[in-house]
Amino acid sequence: MSPYLKIDHLSKTFTRGSQNSEVLSDITLSIEKGEFVSIIGHSGCGKSTLLNIVAGLVSSTTGGVLLENREVNEPGPDRAVVFQNHSLLPWLTVYDNVRLAVDKVSSSVKTRTERHDWTMHNLNLVQMSHAKDKRPAEISGGMKQRVGIARALAMEPKVLLLDEPFGALDALTRAHLQDSVMAIHERIGNTVMMITHDVDEAVLLSDRIVMMTNGPCATIGEVLEVPLPRPRVRLALAADPTYLKRRHRVLEFLYERHRFVEAAA
Amino acid sequence: MTSPILKSAATVHKPSATAAFAGGSVAVSSAVGGSVVKLKLPGRSFASRIMPVLNAVASRIVPPLVMILAILAVWQFLGSKPGATLPPPSKIWTEAYDLIVDPFFVAGPQDIGLGWRVLISLQRVAIGYGLACLIGIMLGTLIGQSVWAMRGLDPIFQMLRTISPLAWLPISLAAFRDSQPSAIFVIFITAVWPIIINTSVGIRNIPQDYRNVAAVLRLNHVEFFFKIMIPSAAPYIFTGLRIGIGLSWLAIVAAEMLTGGVGIGFFIWDAWNSSRLSDIVVALVYIGLIGFALDRIMALLATIVTRGTASN
Repeated sequence: MSPYLKIDHLSKTFTRGSQNSEVLSDITLSIEKGEFVSIIGHSGCGKSTLLNIVAGLVSSTTGGVLLENREVNEPGPDRAVVFQNHSLLPWLTVYDNVRLAVDKVSSSVKTRTERHDWTMHNLNLVQMSHAKDKRPAEISGGMKQRVGIARALAMEPKVLLLDEPFGALDALTRAHLQDSVMAIHERIGNTVMMITHDVDEAVLLSDRIVMMTNGPCATIGEVLEVPLPRPRVRLALAADPTYLKRRHRVLEFLYERHRFVEAAA
Repeated sequence: MTSPILKSAATVHKPSATAAFAGGSVAVSSAVGGSVVKLKLPGRSFASRIMPVLNAVASRIVPPLVMILAILAVWQFLGSKPGATLPPPSKIWTEAYDLIVDPFFVAGPQDIGLGWRVLISLQRVAIGYGLACLIGIMLGTLIGQSVWAMRGLDPIFQMLRTISPLAWLPISLAAFRDSQPSAIFVIFITAVWPIIINTSVGIRNIPQDYRNVAAVLRLNHVEFFFKIMIPSAAPYIFTGLRIGIGLSWLAIVAAEMLTGGVGIGFFIWDAWNSSRLSDIVVALVYIGLIGFALDRIMALLATIVTRGTASN
């Protein structure tokens, strides 16, 4: 059986004037349906570029992305993105931000009331229905990110793409949101591809961790299975030997074998 | 129900003697109704409630009022000197009394109140400025969206916008062969440049994030225009609109002085030709007040419309 999402011998070269810089080189990765895959690497290794290519926002130089055996090369709601800086439209309320996505994606298949219910359902899923009439400027960073997740989920994507979704949040809020994302993944079993630079986050959330080597010409260095049973509980895992071993492996990869060298970038 | 009323009435009676509690017991005393207490309390509390408001209003109104009186006094002094060429305020008041007190009189086809004339000028501005808004926002969007449109049109617009509005008048008179469309065209050409330029800057500054959202949602061009572009660029667009309305009010007076007909600009020219200096001064005050009001209205509109956009 062919994989659900396949990234096939993908490489990306940015051309600026006469200068070519290869950012990603020969990346091949398969993601199964319902799988939670994290991509971790030092900043500048091109992991965001990889996500943008899967999202269709950036085109690949060679190779391509297949979703259910169909090539994707333009953005679409089947690969909804949760952006790092939430990207909510500030002139719309929380409800209207989600509703915009619902209206656009499912206006032909759902009635007005169904669209309203679906919007509220997704706001409930991220526990944000209480602030539905607020504007993004009136809610906290963590809440904005929740709404961003609700908007992405409301598109009923085949793959949910998370681009360092918790990077701009404080540690406590981040933990809270990670639990929420785990709970949602548990509940609706969606396929998730997440970019992160947080080791704990990667081990806690993922079924597999894809570790990227440093750029330029970044590629997949190692893929690590995380065979921890779900549902996972943050506190219980803190002393779990499997968890600690995986965590150590990732740390080892990032800080010993592929230490971030400023000068090389 | 009787006991609480009695109780509150009792509490009212006591502090009414001591002025310290006067403010707190207003509501109670009104609930009680026509009792002895009512005599003194409401007046006091009303004053204490109204004072901060009065203070705020006074601090806004008194300084400009004092300045206006001072200016009028100096003007009166200078204008009353022998050999003065301009009339003092007192003379203006007596000479142009009908113009000042009644803006909307109609005494004949050419003898109408300044309110009517201003309305005629405003109507021209509305048409010319309305067209400028429509075309300015559309062209601005084009220049902001397309690199080639910007490269092609921006230098031309930057040059054209420096041309004085009145320099366009002979050309438009030649083209339209009528004063009414010519005046409207002058308004249009004056107001359109800041709208184009500010809109294009606003469109160019749409964050990539919003474009990405639009791309993921697969918004089509029309949806993108109304749901992303216009709201996102609204603060910039309104800056252009506000500059535009100010400029068109500047231009209409000059244009009407040259094209004739009716309108506040022509009134000034007509008054000058018949040496009614007092009427001119009154007209200037009208123009200033209307221009000020137009600017305020645009600013108010901008704060209402861009409420959500500006604060992020």
